[in-house]
Amino acid sequence: MTTATKGPALTPAQVRRYSRHIIMPQVGSVGQRKLLDARVLVVGAGGLGSPVALYLALAGVGTLGIVDFDVVDVTNLQRQILHKDSAVGKRKVISAMETLKEHNPEVNIEAHEYPLNSDNAMDVIPKYDIIVNGADNFATRYLVNDAAYFAKKPLVDGSILIFDGQATTYLPGKGCYRCLFPEPPPPGEVPSCAEAGVIGALPGLVGSIQSLETIKIILGIGETLSSRLLLINALNMEFTEVKVRRNPKCVLCGDKPSVTRLIDYEVFCGVAPERALVG
Amino acid sequence: MSVTVKIPTPLRRLTQGKDKVAVEGEDVKLLIESLDKAHPGIRDRLCDETGALRHFVNIYVNGEDIRYLGGVTTKLKTGDEVSIVPAVAGGE
Repeated sequence: MTTATKGPALTPAQVRRYSRHIIMPQVGSVGQRKLLDARVLVVGAGGLGSPVALYLALAGVGTLGIVDFDVVDVTNLQRQILHKDSAVGKRKVISAMETLKEHNPEVNIEAHEYPLNSDNAMDVIPKYDIIVNGADNFATRYLVNDAAYFAKKPLVDGSILIFDGQATTYLPGKGCYRCLFPEPPPPGEVPSCAEAGVIGALPGLVGSIQSLETIKIILGIGETLSSRLLLINALNMEFTEVKVRRNPKCVLCGDKPSVTRLIDYEVFCGVAPERALVG
Repeated sequence: MSVTVKIPTPLRRLTQGKDKVAVEGEDVKLLIESLDKAHPGIRDRLCDETGALRHFVNIYVNGEDIRYLGGVTTKLKTGDEVSIVPAVAGGE
């Protein structure tokens, strides 16, 4: 994506809409065209997926794929900024598409309204340039990690719980989620947002970081969070970094991998299928 | 010798809500024992029944994963900062 863009020249309307980007030397008209040409997949249209999709749409990312099979629930509205009160009961991908189109009608939205699983992940993930993870469960996180690795796609990862956030970027060949956490916790060991709560503005913070990471990868500028895990303690507003290394013993991306194709992630995570879905 | 340990939110109910605690320990294993003495129950959240670190919780000393240092025998010195980082799946 750092190569010259192939798309058409910017229209006068696009030059005006994206003028705050174009005026920046780090973006310029060439960078804006890269954004317009980019295809990004957002896994989950929930707490993280909402700000990610919204900022990427506003930035002019040409095609946004959104994976979610859920419907908008009233408990989502405290933080999921893609969905409005009037959308309660509506399918999330439809609600997301309507909101995003209202913000930027130019953006092409590809709705994937089904649970991502081992049977369909490799049909979807290779079609995008960058994958952004906003999944809410371990099974989907390992699935997306493995599929992004097999498809050689950058994975921009984020997670949230209570007042804590984590964000990192996995670039192909530079470590993966399994290098960081080789195994998922047993079911019930680590609570979900539904079980323990999450402060509403936290996904906005972590999701904005994921949007910035995605934009930088598209533009080929700056330094990503690759090889670094950003830890956010929003209660004390402390940001800490720890190192992420490619583990030579990683079963996926290590020197002698034993995971060479997608597996059954519900079994791997020890959860019933209905809990192992994007939502 | 005192080391500061950063406690993630899910474990703070074991530390009376404190996000940082100061404990003694010449290495990570002894630090976990001191931590468990002061805050009972925390060892079981970090280690399995054999004493090995659980695969979904990482411990970092000054930002480096102890798996790439000396594991639980990683030596500690005064002023070191230890972070406990659990896997978190929330995105919803």
